[in-house]
Amino acid sequence: MTQEKREIVIPSQFLGDTQQSKAGRGTFVEQGKIYSEILGILNKKSDFINVVPIKGRYDPIEGDFVIGVVEEAMASSWLVDINAPYPALLHVSEVPWDVEFGETDRYLNHGDSVMAKVATVDIERKVNITLKDRNLYKINGGLIITVEPSKVPRIIGKKGSMITLLKKYTRCRIFVGQNGRIWIDGDDDNVAKVLHTIKKIESESLSFGLTNRIENLLKNETQDVQ
Amino acid sequence: MKNDNIKLFRDGKRVDGRATDDLRPIKIEAGVLHRADGSCYLEWGGNKIMVAVYGPREAIPRHTQNHLRAIVNARYNMAAFSVEDRKRPGPDRRSREISKVISEALEKILLLEKFPRASIDVNIEVLNAEAGTRCAGLTAAGVALADAGIPMKDIPVACAAGKIEGQLVLDLGKEEDNYGDADLPVAISPRTGEILLLQMDGHLTFDEFEKALDMAIKGCNKVSELQKAAIIQKYKVELEVE
Repeated sequence: MTQEKREIVIPSQFLGDTQQSKAGRGTFVEQGKIYSEILGILNKKSDFINVVPIKGRYDPIEGDFVIGVVEEAMASSWLVDINAPYPALLHVSEVPWDVEFGETDRYLNHGDSVMAKVATVDIERKVNITLKDRNLYKINGGLIITVEPSKVPRIIGKKGSMITLLKKYTRCRIFVGQNGRIWIDGDDDNVAKVLHTIKKIESESLSFGLTNRIENLLKNETQDVQ
Repeated sequence: MKNDNIKLFRDGKRVDGRATDDLRPIKIEAGVLHRADGSCYLEWGGNKIMVAVYGPREAIPRHTQNHLRAIVNARYNMAAFSVEDRKRPGPDRRSREISKVISEALEKILLLEKFPRASIDVNIEVLNAEAGTRCAGLTAAGVALADAGIPMKDIPVACAAGKIEGQLVLDLGKEEDNYGDADLPVAISPRTGEILLLQMDGHLTFDEFEKALDMAIKGCNKVSELQKAAIIQKYKVELEVE
């Protein structure tokens, strides 16, 4: 990663020519010129020009782990809100339980939360999710908070460095969904500490050396308690 | 609409002291509401406008969905207390027309193909009205859409020109709108110069029309700079925390 100052770009801002660089994510090309299509941070990687969004809805991608809230139990499937533009479909064949036809509401009902994986996204943006993977189950207890989906990579950190820190210093169970929902379970003091830290990460997500600063913060706080 | 008792020019200046090609003072603030995906508060002379953008989200009712692209629902609404006399609340003929033309203007610049079956809802609330609310509303909607992180080709901007006492002027004020000869609101896409909205009230000759259009487009470009500055201002702060 370059240590240059991060630059904010706004929609329609001119970013470069197609002859010199390639148009990456968050950009569009008109008459050989590359423009930004969203509000975001400019990111140049090799000869690609990308714009990383600051805000916006979660865009489901196959294989993402997400936290969903059940909206409706239908005869042989559930509709699950995953914070995307469209609700996702969870079919009975995609859950680890043996569900009789018409008895879906005995297993998951309106308001229940699940950890799930995005199974497929078709061209019409119809999303299917599945519970058939390791560590995917219905959530019991704990707390779910919502952050901007664009900040999720910062909360996880490089190769999970940030999330490992959080788990180590607070002894909480944490699951971060790619859709910006985070599940936290632990005793009250520690959960409060996690919430406080995540808020800090979110507000300073664009600065450099964040992981080190958060580590110091957590270290100090743990000493205070002892 | 002519009224001989009211003079709209004094010593070559307009009632509020502006020259013919001056805009009223404009203040734009992005991201003011927490519940909305994107929002904007705009003051343009005496106009005070709040815009909240929601979406893209699944379009409801279902029969309005388009399985190839998203639909845009702009809703222009004037508050009961926004005008001198009480405005009867609820949609009327005028506000439905404005909602429609603003929706159509926004459809041209948003990248709707990315969100099939979805809707993008733009709520434009006029808190205080003083001539040129549709221009102000569309300008604020542009900022709010960018703030919501919705992909778009350009930030739309609008500005009006008109004729008062036989002279062409930019950005009509309240008296000028009420007692003037013509009003020409124009919305453009500032990057390409494409016209997104063009309406006319009153009469202009063809020459006057061309001049007024040029004038309005120049005004739009000025406002566009303010829009961009407002968006950057909001997010610059996050970068500076270090």
